[in-house]
Amino acid sequence: MTTVVAIGLLLGVIAYALFGGADFGAGFWDLTAGGAERGRRPRALMDHAIGPVWEANHTWLIYCLVVVWTGFPAAFAAIMTTLYLPLGFAVLGIVVRGSGFAFRKVIVHTDYQRVNGAAFALSSVITPFFFGTVIGGIASGRVPAAGHGDSIRSWVNPSSLLTGGLAIAICAYLAAVFLTVDAQRGGEQDLQQWSRRRAWIAAWLAGALAVADLAVSHHDAHRLFTHLTGRALPLTIISALAGALALALMHRGSPRLIRTLAGVAVAALVAGWGVAQYPYLLGTHTSFTDAAAPTSSLTALVVVFAAAAVIVAPSITLLYRLQQRGQLESG
Amino acid sequence: MAFTLGFHIILVPFGVAFTFLMLVANYRGIRRGDADALLLARRWSKVAAVLFAVGAVSGTVLSFELGLLWPGLMGRFGAAYGIPFAIEGIFFFIEAIFVAIYIYGWDRLSPWAHFWSGVPVTVAGLGGTASVVAANAWMNQPGGITMRAGRVVGVDVWAVVFNGAFWYEMLHMFLAAYIVAGFVVAGVYAAGMLKGRRNRYHRVGFLVAFTTAAVVMPVQIFVGDVAAREVFKHEPAKFAAIETLPHTGTHVPETLGGVLVNGKVRYGLKIPDGASLLSGLRSSTRVEGLDAIPAAVRPAARLVNIVHLAFDVMVGTGFALLGLSTWFGFVWWRRRDLPRTRWFLRACTLAGVLSIVALKSGWIVTEVGRQPWTVRGLLLTRDAVTTSGNVWAFFAGALVIYAAVGSAAVLVLRGMRKRWAASGDAAVDVPYGPNAGDIAAEARP
Repeated sequence: MTTVVAIGLLLGVIAYALFGGADFGAGFWDLTAGGAERGRRPRALMDHAIGPVWEANHTWLIYCLVVVWTGFPAAFAAIMTTLYLPLGFAVLGIVVRGSGFAFRKVIVHTDYQRVNGAAFALSSVITPFFFGTVIGGIASGRVPAAGHGDSIRSWVNPSSLLTGGLAIAICAYLAAVFLTVDAQRGGEQDLQQWSRRRAWIAAWLAGALAVADLAVSHHDAHRLFTHLTGRALPLTIISALAGALALALMHRGSPRLIRTLAGVAVAALVAGWGVAQYPYLLGTHTSFTDAAAPTSSLTALVVVFAAAAVIVAPSITLLYRLQQRGQLESG
Repeated sequence: MAFTLGFHIILVPFGVAFTFLMLVANYRGIRRGDADALLLARRWSKVAAVLFAVGAVSGTVLSFELGLLWPGLMGRFGAAYGIPFAIEGIFFFIEAIFVAIYIYGWDRLSPWAHFWSGVPVTVAGLGGTASVVAANAWMNQPGGITMRAGRVVGVDVWAVVFNGAFWYEMLHMFLAAYIVAGFVVAGVYAAGMLKGRRNRYHRVGFLVAFTTAAVVMPVQIFVGDVAAREVFKHEPAKFAAIETLPHTGTHVPETLGGVLVNGKVRYGLKIPDGASLLSGLRSSTRVEGLDAIPAAVRPAARLVNIVHLAFDVMVGTGFALLGLSTWFGFVWWRRRDLPRTRWFLRACTLAGVLSIVALKSGWIVTEVGRQPWTVRGLLLTRDAVTTSGNVWAFFAGALVIYAAVGSAAVLVLRGMRKRWAASGDAAVDVPYGPNAGDIAAEARP
C-alpha cells in the first residue's frame, strides 16, 4: 500500500511539473517579453494559452501536499520545519502570482496592468526556483528525519541551487514548446519563430543544468547518482531523446506529437528522480515505509485517488476540449 | 494562521453560496425569459470568478501554513486529520474545473447546458465545505484514532470524517455561507436602490439574494440551538466559556454581556435559570463551570471573555437578522412588495456587514473556545505550533500580502462595476474567461 501511495505521489509531482510547469514558464517568458508595446502580442498569446485552465493546473500542488501530510505525516513535518524558508518564498510567489493573474485581466489602466503583470511574471520565476531547491534539499538528504534541520544550508547548496535553476529551465522549455504549437495553429509566423527560438535556448539550458546537477550529485548524493546512472538510466535517456526530438520536429511535426514529446521529456526526468530515490523519501535515511501513516489512512488515500480518477478525469478532459474548441472558433 | 483563515472564511460563502444565487438568477432568466435575471447571473459569475481566484490562492496558502506553522499537528495527526483534506481536494478540483467551464461557456454552450455546467460548482462547494468542516470538527471531537506511545497507529476513516461534531458544525457553517452571501449581495443592491437606482434589475438582484438569506435564517437559529446543546454535552469546557460560568451548578443563569474578572462575572445581565433551561430544557440542569476543568488546562479569563462575548455577538446579530427577515416576510406576504420605508433598505445595507460579523464571531467561539487545546484532549496548542524560524516574521509577511490582495480585490470589483455602468459587459475581461477581444471577434459575422 505504501508503494501505491508513493507512486500516486510521484504521479502528482509529474502532473504538477507538466501542467504547473507550463504555466510558470509562460510567466517567465512574460517577464522577458520586453516593453509594453513589443511584448503585447506574445503576452496576449500567453493569456490565451493559459487562461481558463490556470486553476485546474495548480490543484496538483494541493494534491501533492495532501498526499504527503496524510500518507507520510512524519516526513511532512520534517520537511516543513527544515525547509520553511524556501517553502515560505514559494508560497509568497503563489499568492502574488495568483492574485496578479486574477486581477490582470480585469484591470484596464496600463500602469496598473504593468505593475500587476510584472508581479505575476516575477513570481512565476521565484516559485519554481524555490520548489526546485526544496527538491534538491530533500534528494541530497539535508532534511533530518526528526525535522528542524539547518534552515539555510538545507537549501543553499549546489544540489538545491542547480535543481532550482533546472526547474526554471524546464518550465521555460515546456511553455515555449506549447506556445510555438499555439502560434502555429493560429498561423502567426513571427510569433512562432519567437517562441521556437526560446524553446531552443531553454532546452539547451535545461540539458546543461541537468548534467551539472548529475555531476554534483556524484559527491553530494552518491546513492542518487548511482541509481540515476543505473536503474533509472533508461528514463534519463528517454527524457533526453524526447526533448531533442521535440525540438527537431518543431518545424514540421504535428502539434499533438510535439506537445507529447515535450511532456514525455519532462515526465521522464521527474520519474527518473523518483525511481532513483525509491525506496527513500528523505535522502537515504527515511524510507517511505518509515514515514508512512497507518494502513487504513493509506487505503483511504488510494480510494480517494480512484474516486478522483473517475470523477475528475472526465471533467478535466471536458474543460480542455472546450478550451481547444473555443480557440479554434476565435482563431 | 488565524488571520489567513479569517480572510479565507469570508471568501467561502461566495464560493459556496454566491454561485447558488447566480444559478437561481440564471434559472429564472432562462425559464421566464427574464433578461434582467440573466444579466445578473452573467455579472455575478464574473464577480464569482475574481473571488474564486483569490479564494483558491488563499486556500493554497492555508494548506502550506498547516505545515509551516503547525508541524506538530500535521506530523502527529496528519494520518487522521489529513483525510478530510484529501476528500476536499476532489471537490476543489471539480469546483475549479466547472467554474472555468461555466464562465467560459456563456454564449458558447446552449442556455440549459450552460446552466447545468454551473450546478456541479454549487454541489462541490457543499462537499468542500463539509470536508473542511469535518477536519475542524475532528479537532473539537477527535475520534477514530488509536494511539500508542504518542503515535497514531490506527485510523478509522469513517469515524474521523463523520466525527461527533461533524453534522451540526457542517450544517451551521453551510447555512452561514448562504446567509452571508445572501445578505451581502442584497446589501449591495439595497445600497444601489438607496442611491436612486430603483430599476427592475436592482430589484431582482435584491430579491433573489435577500429571499435566500431570509429563508435560511430561521433554520440557522434552530440549527445553532441544537449545536449549542451538542457543545454542552460533548465540550463542557467550551460551553463553560460560552456561558462565562466560573462554578459548576444547577439553576445557572444565562448571562448576557459581562466580563469575567478574578473569577467573578461582572456587568452582565442575568436571566435566572436561563443557561440551565437552554442546555437541558429544565431549570435543574447541572452545568459544568470553569472550575471543573483541571487547572493546568483551564483557559485564561481573557480567553473566556473573548469566547463569551463573541457568542453573544453571534446570537445577537443572528436575531437581528431574523427580525429583518421577518419584517420582509410579513410585508411580502401582505402586499407582494418590499417595505416602503427607506429604513428597510438602510437596514439591509447594514445586514451584509452584520452577517459577516456573525460568521466571524461564530468562528471565534469554536476556535478560541477550544484553547488551550488544538486537538481537544490530545494536543496542546503550544506543542502544535512551529518552533522553527520566526513565526511573527511569517505572520507579518502574510498580513501585508493579504491586506494588499484584499484591497486589490475590492478595487478590482469596484472597477468592474463602474465599467459595467459605463461601457457594457463585453468590455470586462475576467479570469478563466475568454478575452474581450475574442468575444468581439466572434460576434462579428
